[in-house]
Formats: sequence, C-alpha cells, structure tokens
Amino acid sequence: MITLAHFIVLGAVLFCIAVASLFINRKNVIVLLMSIELMLLAVNINFVAFSRFHGDPAGQVFVFFILTVAAAETAIGLAILVLLFRNRSTINIAQIDSMKG
Amino acid sequence: MIDPQLFQLICFYAFGAVTVGAALGVISLRNTVHAVLSLVLTFFSTACIWLLAEAEFLAIALIVVYVGAVMVLFLFVVMMLDIEQEKVREGFIRYLPVGIIVALVMLGEMLALIGVRAMHTHTMGVNPAAAQGVSNTEWLGHALYTQFLLPFEIAALILTVGVVAAVVLTLRQRGGVRHQTASQQVSINPRDRVRLIKMTTEYPASVQPAPVSPEETKP
Repeated sequence: MITLAHFIVLGAVLFCIAVASLFINRKNVIVLLMSIELMLLAVNINFVAFSRFHGDPAGQVFVFFILTVAAAETAIGLAILVLLFRNRSTINIAQIDSMKG
Repeated sequence: MIDPQLFQLICFYAFGAVTVGAALGVISLRNTVHAVLSLVLTFFSTACIWLLAEAEFLAIALIVVYVGAVMVLFLFVVMMLDIEQEKVREGFIRYLPVGIIVALVMLGEMLALIGVRAMHTHTMGVNPAAAQGVSNTEWLGHALYTQFLLPFEIAALILTVGVVAAVVLTLRQRGGVRHQTASQQVSINPRDRVRLIKMTTEYPASVQPAPVSPEETKP
C-alpha cells in the first residue's frame, strides 16, 4: 500500500541528486539548468502527494503554476545561454567571470 | 490474482527506481544529448508516478509541456552550441566526493526533519475527486477557475513575458547586411517608378513605313 512517505522520500532523493549535480558539474551550464528542473520536479512530486493525501486541489493548482513559471524560466535561461555562447564562445562556468563576483 | 494495492506498490517502486536512475544519468552522463534524453525519461516516469497518485491532468501536462516543449528546446540549444564534450566533464572526479557527501547528509537531514516514519501511517485514502463524483481534471478546473482565477491569468502574463524576453534576448541586429524592407516595398507608388508615354512608332530611315492601323499607335 502506497503511503505518503513513499512520495516524500522519492522527492527528497531527487532533490538531493540535483544538489549533488550543482557540486559535480562545474563546467556545463546546460546540466546546471537541467538540475534546476530536477529540483522543481522533486518539489512538484511533494505537492502532488500532499494534495492527494489531504484531498485539497490547491496543491495540484500550485504544481500547475510551478510548471508555467519553470517553462518561462527555462526559455529565458536558454536564451541567456545562447547569448553567452555567442559573445564568449564558452559555457564553461569557470570562464564566465567577467562580473568578478 | 494479485492484490491491487500490492500491484500499485510494485508499480511505484518500479517507476521510482527508473526515476532515480534516470536522474543519476542526467548528472553523470558524459554526452550532453544523452543527459537531456535521460531527463526526458525522468519526467516520463515521474508522470507515471503522478498517475499512481491519480493526478491525471498534471501527469499529461508534464508530458506535453516538458517532454514535448521544454526538453525539445533543451535539445535544440545543445545542438546549436558547439561544445567540446570531453572538456565539459573536467573536474567530475575531483568534486564527486564532496557532491556525494553533501547530498547524503542533506538527504538524511531532510528525512529526519520531516519525520518520514510518522508519515507511514498516512495511507492513500479515497480519491477526493472521485468522492465528489467528478474527474481529476474537472476537480482541478473548478479550483483553477474559481478560487485561483487571478493567479491563472497572471500565469498567462508570465508566459507572454517569457516569450517576449527570450525573443528580445536572442534577437541579433547585424550591420552591413542588405535585406528587404517589406513595408517600403508594398507602400511604393507604381507611378513613381514607371512612366507610360504616348508616342508614334519610329522606323529607321531606310525602312519604308508600313501602313499602320489605329490600334498599334496606342501605347
């Protein structure tokens, strides 16, 4: 029998994989964007599970909004990435340091 | 005959294993295209998990929006950028231990904090949509178009802003390029370009002019 804990653990595991990706992938902005997508997916799994187990549609409506905002965010992020590659000819994070942050 | 609830659990573990395995592939595959395809598999098996939670609308929306649109966008960008695949994964081994340690510590903390053991008592009860006698889509639509109407409209605005921003960011104005300006082309007046004049037919002096009919003198 599926319990709430199953969904929560799956979401937590996915989130931690995405966090590990931020540490491991130091060279590729595309993989970083994909790990952000993974994080949002993990959050969405939690929302769907809580919505189902508490019988409240608000959680699933919120997942809908997260999907919308994540799609817009991805489009803008990839546009920035294309612009960056056009100007600097690299997507290596170590070389993108012109802001000296 | 297998117990339906046991079958649900087996399905959950199968899809969950595929999800986690594909997510590991996303962060560890050397080829970026393979990583994107692995992310597609992650989204797809997550949609199956959501089907198990009886969130049918969101499962289909995830496949349509993410697998159909966002991941294709990712693939296009990976295709457009000419990345050296070998250099992309430099430092992978060096940062692997710290990544694993941080992830495991975080996972342990999260599971301890949210009290997973206590949540084992929450079994999946009656589907709230089915309890009201409506489908999941109808249940969600009622909430979306009554209680959450304003956020729904704002979401549409956010999508429009996203499209405009992406186009404006990648728009490139090149100098020194000869291109057509359609508005100038269609707004031209033919009288400015071609002038029709009436005149009689002229012949060389050696040729005897033939008798001309009145029609031929017309321009």
